[in-house]
Amino acid sequence: MAKRIDVSDLDIFYGNFKAVEGVNVSIEPRSVTALIGPSGCGKSTFLRSLNRMHEVIPGARVEGKVVIDGQDLYGSDVDPVDVRRQIGMVFQRPNPFPTMSIYDNVVAGVRLNSKKMNKSDLDDLVESSLKGANLWNEVKDRLDRPGSGLSGGQQQRLCIARAIAVQPEVLLMDEPCSALDPISTLAIEDLMTELKDRFTIVIVTHNMQQAARVSEQTGFFNLNGVGQPGRLIEFNPTEKIFSNPDQKATEDYISGRFG
Amino acid sequence: MTSLDTPPRKADKPTRTVRSAGDRTFAGLSTGAGILILVVLAGVAAFLISESLDSITAPAADVPGGEGVWSYVGPLVFGTLLAAVIALVVATPLGVAIALFITYYAPKRVAATLGYVVDLLAAIPSVVYGFWGLAALAPSLVPFFAWAERNLGFLPFFAGPASVTGRTMLTAGLVLAIMILPIISAISREVFSQAPALHREAALALGATRWEMIKMAVLPYGKSGVIGGAMLGLGRALGETLAVAIVLSVSGGITFNLISSSNPSTIAANIALQFPESSGLAVSTLIFTGLVLFVITLAVNMLARYVVNRRADFSGAN
Amino acid sequence: MSTTTPTRPEAPEPLAPAVGHRRGLPRFGGTAVFAAGLVLAALATLASGWSWGLFAVYGIVLGCLVTYVVSRAVEGRRKATDRLVTALVSSAFAIAMVPLVSLVYTVVSNGIGRLDGTFFSNSMVGVVGEGGGAYHAIMGTLIITALATLISVPVGLLAAIYLVEYGRGRLKKALTFFVDVMTGIPSIVAGLFAYALFAIFFGPGIRFGLGGAVALSVLMIPVVVRSSEEVLKLVPNELREASYALGVSKWRTILKVVVPTAIAGLGTSVTLAIARVIGETAPLLVIVGITAATNFDPFDGRMATLPVYAYYQLTQPGVPPEFGIGRAWTAALVLIIIVMALNVVARLISRFFAPKTGR
Repeated sequence: MAKRIDVSDLDIFYGNFKAVEGVNVSIEPRSVTALIGPSGCGKSTFLRSLNRMHEVIPGARVEGKVVIDGQDLYGSDVDPVDVRRQIGMVFQRPNPFPTMSIYDNVVAGVRLNSKKMNKSDLDDLVESSLKGANLWNEVKDRLDRPGSGLSGGQQQRLCIARAIAVQPEVLLMDEPCSALDPISTLAIEDLMTELKDRFTIVIVTHNMQQAARVSEQTGFFNLNGVGQPGRLIEFNPTEKIFSNPDQKATEDYISGRFG
Repeated sequence: MTSLDTPPRKADKPTRTVRSAGDRTFAGLSTGAGILILVVLAGVAAFLISESLDSITAPAADVPGGEGVWSYVGPLVFGTLLAAVIALVVATPLGVAIALFITYYAPKRVAATLGYVVDLLAAIPSVVYGFWGLAALAPSLVPFFAWAERNLGFLPFFAGPASVTGRTMLTAGLVLAIMILPIISAISREVFSQAPALHREAALALGATRWEMIKMAVLPYGKSGVIGGAMLGLGRALGETLAVAIVLSVSGGITFNLISSSNPSTIAANIALQFPESSGLAVSTLIFTGLVLFVITLAVNMLARYVVNRRADFSGAN
Repeated sequence: MSTTTPTRPEAPEPLAPAVGHRRGLPRFGGTAVFAAGLVLAALATLASGWSWGLFAVYGIVLGCLVTYVVSRAVEGRRKATDRLVTALVSSAFAIAMVPLVSLVYTVVSNGIGRLDGTFFSNSMVGVVGEGGGAYHAIMGTLIITALATLISVPVGLLAAIYLVEYGRGRLKKALTFFVDVMTGIPSIVAGLFAYALFAIFFGPGIRFGLGGAVALSVLMIPVVVRSSEEVLKLVPNELREASYALGVSKWRTILKVVVPTAIAGLGTSVTLAIARVIGETAPLLVIVGITAATNFDPFDGRMATLPVYAYYQLTQPGVPPEFGIGRAWTAALVLIIIVMALNVVARLISRFFAPKTGR
C-alpha cells in the first residue's frame, strides 16, 4: 500500500514569486519523514505540492517532477482530485466537518465521492479507521454525535481516521500537533509509529524533539533571506541530522544558534 | 481502490488542469449565473432604450404635454431631485445620530435590539409608508405649514399658500427621509463600530469625554462610510414610487415652494400614476422617463459604491 | 501606530479628575436636568396652546439648553459639550422612533376592523360597497413571490458560489460591482424592464403574473447574491481543504461541505430577500395590474397582489369610500404582518439551523 515518492528539480511558484527552489529528494515507503525549518521556508508549501493541494491557491504552479511509484503526479493527464485520493492529508488545526456526525466524518471521503457501499461495509470501515486512529474506544458509543464536540486531540485523530478511511498510500501531516496539548501530541506521535507500517508518512513540524522522536529521515528547509525561495538544505537519516549534520546551517538551526 | 496506474478518465484533454465533467459543468453553471446577472443589467438598459425610442423620435406635439420628451421629463426630474434632497438633508444627521446612539450611547444589552428595530423600519413596504404619510403625517403637519407661511413666508420654500391637506413636497420628502433612515444608519453603524478600538481606548485613557473620543477617533474614521451610506439612501429616495405617489398632491410645474398643494411630481410616482391608464406613445414616454431615472440612480449608486469601496481600501491602514 | 497625536486634549482646563471626584453631576444627573428642561417646555407649550409637536420642539430645545447651561456651570465646558451631544443624540433617536410607533399604531388601528374571515376568504368579484376581501390578492402575492423566488434563488446562489469559489480577475470584479449597483435599481424601473421585455414578444399592454415575477427577480437576485456571498465567505477554508485532501472534487466539496455548512445563513438570506420583495408595489402595478377576480394562472392575464390591491383600494375606494379604505388598511396591516413574520422566521432559521460547533 505504501509508496515511494521521488522528487526531482522541483520549483514551486505563487504567481511570479518562487516559493521553493530545486528540491531533489526520495522519500522511502513505510517510513516517517520529517520536514523541519524556520517559518516561511517553504516546507509546508513543499508538503502541499506532494498532493497538489497548493493548487487551491490561485496562481500556484510547479516545475519539475514528483513521481510516485513511476507515476508523474503532474503529468498532463492527471486529475489532481485523483492524486489527493492517493495521498491523504492532515492539517495543522483539526477540521472535522461541523455539519456531520463522527460516523459521517469518517466516511466523508467515501460518501462525498458518492461511492456506493452497503451499511455493514460502511460500519466496518468506520470501525477499522477509528481503530487505526486509536479513537474507537473513546467514541464508539457516540458515533452519531457531532464531530466538533470532541476535544482538540480527539478531533485531530478523527481527522486522521477520516484521512485513512479513503485508504491512501501516503499520509501528509502539516504540523498536526501544533494546536494540541502535550498528552494529545503524544497520542498522535504513537499513532504515527503504528501507521507507518501501512503508509508513507511525511510530517512538517516545528518541534525538533518531535522530529527526532518519530521520524527515520529528516529534511531541513531554509531560505537565504526574505523574498528568496526556500531550499532543501539537507536530507539525511534523522539520527545523523541531530548528531552530526553535514551542513553548518542545519547544525545552527538544531542547536538554536539560528539567525 | 483506484490507482494512478489506471488510465485517467480524460486522457484526451491536453491542458494540465484536468477536471472532471461534473466540475466543469458546475463551474460553467455558476459562471453562467454570474454572467446572466450582468446580461440582465445590460438588458434593463437595452429594453428601456428600445421601448422608449418611439417617444424620442416622435414629433414633439404627439408626446404627452405637447412639447417633446425632454420638456415632459424636465419637471419630473426636478421633482425627483427636490424630494430626494429634502429626504437626504433630514435623514443624514438623524441617521448618523441614531448610529452613534446605538453604537456608543445605548446600554450594550439593548443596543442590538434597537438596531434590529431600526432595521425593521427598512422592511416595511413602501406602500404602507404612503398610507401612513397620507393619513397620519400629512394632517399633523398642516398647522406647521400654516405657521411657516405666516412666519417664514419670506423664504421661497415657505411662500405658500399653505396646503390644507398637508400633501406637499415637504411631506413627501419627510416620508422619504424616514424610509431611507435605516439605510443610512445601518451603514453608519457598521463603520462606526469598526473604528479601531485601540484609538478609542487611547482617547478615553487620556481623559477625553465620550464626545471628544467620538470626534477624534470615530467620526474621522467613519466619514466616507457615512457619505457612501447617504448616497445609497439618496439612490433609494430617487427611485421611491408608491409613498410619493400616494402622499404628493401633483399639479406639475417647477417650484421650490415646499408647502403648497401644487407640486411637481417625481418620475417614479408619475409612472405609477399614469402607466395603468396609458397606451401607445404615452407608454413609450413613460418608459423614457424610467430610463432617465435609471441613469440617474445608476450614476448615484456607482458614485456611492466608489466612495464606500475606497474606504475599504484604506481601512487597513491605520 | 501613533495613538498619541489625535488624542491630545485641546482644552486648556485640567482633565476630568480621577475616580471619586465631587465636581460633577451625580449619576442620572444629566437625565434629571434634561427632565427639568422638559417640564419648562411643557409649561411653555401650555402657555401657547397644547400640541405634541410643539412640545417635542420646545422639549428638545429647552432640554438640551438647560442641560448645557447647568453642566457648564457645575462641570465646565468640555463636560457640558459632552452632555449636550448625549442629549442631542438621544433626542434624535427618540424622534426617529416616533414615526415607527405612529406608523404601527395608525396601520393597526385602521386595519384591525376588517381583519376578519371574509377578508381572507373572499375576492372582490361583484363587490361594490361593504364586504369583499383580499383572498385573490393574497394568493396572487404568494404565487408571484414564489415564482420570483424560484427564479432568483438558483441564479443568485450560483452567482454567489461563483464569486466565492470560482471567481477571479475582471469578471469577478465587474460582477461584484454591478451586483452592488443593481441593488439600487428603483423598483419601478424593474417593472418597466419586465414590461418592455414582454411587450416585445406579446405586444403592448401585456399584463401577467410571470412578468411580475421577472420584475421582482431583478430586485431580488442582487439581494440574494450579496447576502449569500457574505455567508459563504464565512465557511472556513479549512473545511474546503479537508474535503479536497480526501480526494473530493471541487463541485462536490461545494455542494456537500460548503453549502451544508452555510445552510442556516443561506436560509436566512433567502428569507430576508423574500421579505424585501413581497411588499413591492410599483413593478407589479406596471406589469401585473389588478383584477377583482381570483386568477391562479401566472402565465395568463392580470392578477391581484396584496400591495397593489391595498393601493387601489385606497386611491379608488368606490362609493361609499369608507369600505374600500377599510380594506386598504387591512391589506396594509396584513402586509406588515407578513413582512414581520418573515423577518422573525429568518432569525429563527439562523438560530436553530446553525451547525453545532460548540463542545
